[in-house]
Amino acid sequence: MAFISLCIAAMLLLGIVGTTRSWLSRAHEVVHGGMALVCGGAALAVLLRLAAGGTEVDVLVLPIGLPWLNASLRLDALSAVFLLAVNLGGCLAAVFGWSYARHEAEPARVLPFFPLFLAGMNLVLVADDAFVFLMAWEFMSLSSWLLVLASHREAETRRAAYVYLVMASFGTACLLLAFGILAGEAGGYGFDAIRAHPPGAVSASFAALLVLLGAGSKAGLVPLHVWLPLAHPAAPSHISALMSGVMTKVAIYGLIRFLFDLVGEPLWWWGGVLAVVGAVTAVVGVLYALMQDDVKKLLAYSTVENIGVIVIGLGLALVFKASGVPALAALAMTAAMLHVLNHALFKCILFFGAGAVLTATGERDLDRLGGLIHRMPATALFCLVGAAAISALPPLNGFVAEWMLFQAVLNGPLLEQWELKIGFAVIGALLALSTALAAACFVRFYGIAFLGRARSPQAEQAREVDTVMLSAIAVPAVLCAVIGVLPKLAISMIEPANRLTTGEGMFDAGGHGGWVWLAPASAFGNSYSGFMMFMTILILTTLAVFMIHRYASNRVRRSIPWACGFTDPAPLGQYSASSFAQPLRRVFADQIFGAREVVDMPAPGETRPARFTLEMRDPAWDRLFTPVVRLVGWVADRVDNLQFLTIRQYLSMMFFALVVLLVMVAVSQ
Amino acid sequence: MIFVQALLAGVFQVVQMLLVLALAPGLTGLVRVVKARLLGRRGPPLVQPYRDLFRLLRKDVVLAENASWLFRVTPYLVFTAIWLAAALVPTFTTALALTATADLIALVALLASARFFLALAGMDVGTSFGGLGSSREMMIAALAEPAMLMVIFSIAILVRTTSLSLIVDFMLAGGVGLRISLGLALISLLMVAIAENARIPVDNPATHLELTMVHEAMVLEYSGRHLALIEAAGMLKLVLYMALIACIFLPWGISGPGEGPLAILIGLVTFVLKLASGAVLLALFETSIAKMRVFRYGEFLGGALLLSLLGAIFLYVSTGL
Repeated sequence: MAFISLCIAAMLLLGIVGTTRSWLSRAHEVVHGGMALVCGGAALAVLLRLAAGGTEVDVLVLPIGLPWLNASLRLDALSAVFLLAVNLGGCLAAVFGWSYARHEAEPARVLPFFPLFLAGMNLVLVADDAFVFLMAWEFMSLSSWLLVLASHREAETRRAAYVYLVMASFGTACLLLAFGILAGEAGGYGFDAIRAHPPGAVSASFAALLVLLGAGSKAGLVPLHVWLPLAHPAAPSHISALMSGVMTKVAIYGLIRFLFDLVGEPLWWWGGVLAVVGAVTAVVGVLYALMQDDVKKLLAYSTVENIGVIVIGLGLALVFKASGVPALAALAMTAAMLHVLNHALFKCILFFGAGAVLTATGERDLDRLGGLIHRMPATALFCLVGAAAISALPPLNGFVAEWMLFQAVLNGPLLEQWELKIGFAVIGALLALSTALAAACFVRFYGIAFLGRARSPQAEQAREVDTVMLSAIAVPAVLCAVIGVLPKLAISMIEPANRLTTGEGMFDAGGHGGWVWLAPASAFGNSYSGFMMFMTILILTTLAVFMIHRYASNRVRRSIPWACGFTDPAPLGQYSASSFAQPLRRVFADQIFGAREVVDMPAPGETRPARFTLEMRDPAWDRLFTPVVRLVGWVADRVDNLQFLTIRQYLSMMFFALVVLLVMVAVSQ
Repeated sequence: MIFVQALLAGVFQVVQMLLVLALAPGLTGLVRVVKARLLGRRGPPLVQPYRDLFRLLRKDVVLAENASWLFRVTPYLVFTAIWLAAALVPTFTTALALTATADLIALVALLASARFFLALAGMDVGTSFGGLGSSREMMIAALAEPAMLMVIFSIAILVRTTSLSLIVDFMLAGGVGLRISLGLALISLLMVAIAENARIPVDNPATHLELTMVHEAMVLEYSGRHLALIEAAGMLKLVLYMALIACIFLPWGISGPGEGPLAILIGLVTFVLKLASGAVLLALFETSIAKMRVFRYGEFLGGALLLSLLGAIFLYVSTGL
């Protein structure tokens, strides 16, 4: 605990170094190098703690904060798991940024806020009272807002930052109200006090709803996701990776801390709501991702999808916990938390990869990339691992979480409520759909960006990035493979947090299997072994390669592509990102996004080029936000009249307000 | 005793892998022969696919100039993934060494990995056909995979497991009887199998006509030993799906662990018979139906998804677990 606090203090200090000395060329090295060390140290500390069992709880009360209120910090297993994800991501981002942010046009706009952002996230995870939690939450939001504004000269960025600020304030306001409800009449803002006096069912449900709105807006749950694809790509790539892969996890932590720890006994329908919201988020998020041409926007939308998957897991866990089946709750919870770690890893790979591509080509538009596998072989290899892992392909880590989630869904019939029985089947179908679409999405992403022929001169002249950046991409890629092949390593880390939230560890219920088998007893005795699968694939592939090269023709001739005898010389004749997405758009997305195609075909004889334009709308904007904005404007207009009242009218207004309040007090007494 | 069983399971596993590998081209050949006869042609001999594969293996690889290492690695990965998946499905016995390694969900994911790499390879050379095939293949998969998982859900609800061996044991033990939801699941799985194996009405395995092809467009640039591997993987996939359908819905004849050589023999014979009748039925179906337009696939597979979901929901409601 003391060590983590020291780390947070060191981050704050580095933030100050970033502000005061950013005119010095060394500030860049100091901040990034320092952050790599501090975050790496913090990650290692929690890792050792979790590896050693990790069930102990450390409390630290700092004599700072509001008058008569100390800041209390607490480190338990749940915090530790998320601290691991945050600081691992932070360390990798610092290493990547060391090299990547060197050419930042205005370093003073990034350097101070990068350490502060991480400090804020760390502080949220160790907060033990509502004040510290909310202060840290705001700290995290504001510092990331400033990071989004890093390239403030572009109008689009300013708009993204504005939308982000509005959504962040909305989220914090919801959380503030939720804490108000939880604190109750006694006004105990410490988490211990809240835990000791859980609110009644109605107020707890209100608080849960507010938390879902507050944390959900930060995590990017549909329809509160609209800021995310604007804000995440606007920041520099290593910051995008942090915002997308790590900050959304802090929001997930908020959800878990509230729903599984603070509010006492959960009600089953909270989990149902959570799972449905998660399923919708997953499918809508991946459909959006499939339609994007901007690499970083695509990755941001894919984060929406992954958050959806995690929230499905949380929802299932909550339902099972409320129904008194802790073993199954533990299974779903393990899947959710493993996916938290996984997503932090593969989002780092992919956003860093996008950053590397941006460095090498200056392009973010998929349709201007292509063929990078030849010119950036190492980046391409690691990104392939990332793309395969996020598409949940065995034997990588994404599949392990997916497998456990499916096992949890399969237990739906054990539940009593018929809504849940049917709901689980539908959620399973949506989960499967989102997985399959994610694979399509990343085939499109990888195939268009890295494979084929270069679609622009910039892509043609791309060069591999330096080894510092590459190492920051390589480490998470290796970790993805390791967790996939030996998932128990990661699961044993999560186990104490699981026990804390669901009351049972994943393998408590008499589960079996050694280190290489994943066989939770709560999953009908089904088993999966990434290790065995990996070994078998390795042996069979070696065998196939050996046999073929031993007995078959071994010669290779290079030639122009065949392409049914018609080779077109222009690389733009390849399938583009939009053409790849077109069939899927027609099947799934035309109705949802109201896509409109306009084909402008010149008459015979005219020499102007034919044009094709595609227009898509986000229904969340049209149906939710635009009406809300209009309503706010309307109300503001009405309220505007209040400025022009006479003194008499003001006084009578106050009088009536007082009367109404007194009546309310009288009624409630 | 346990040691002997484990050893036997290992031996059976190897036999199984060699068996599916040996039977796969024969099955494709049989479908072609029956189809040709139904159309009034003489057709190629049964062994033609074997000859084709050996001929391809002897040829040089003509590699497009722009092809990367991914293009060259993919055939091996695809072949291995599908071979492994085929090895997991009980064909003649449930006593297989690899059963615990992967259940049905992992099997679907293995097929998904093969498809992932094949689609990437289609886009690697940088021609429009490759991209076209990949894009359509991923669209089909996006609908077929959820449908297949829902079929698995229905079965898992009934049998309480997704482990293939246990499903076979459960079905063989009887007590399942005829159920509407199982029927729905079977129809849905058949539709998925047709789509996934690039058969009529979704795709035409015999065509090289650009406008209609999906799978063929994706692998258009492959040649020599690479093409041989891809073709073999495709044939294995057909065996895999037939074995899967047989193992879930018609498991009779499959021997359990610890049964004698006679049971094994019966298992082998029934498996070959099942494959042969599957080939005849597939050929009958393919000759009696026309190919669909590409944009009807969504409806076809959406139907499969809906059927499987209905099946699962019926079961959820009716079993009342």
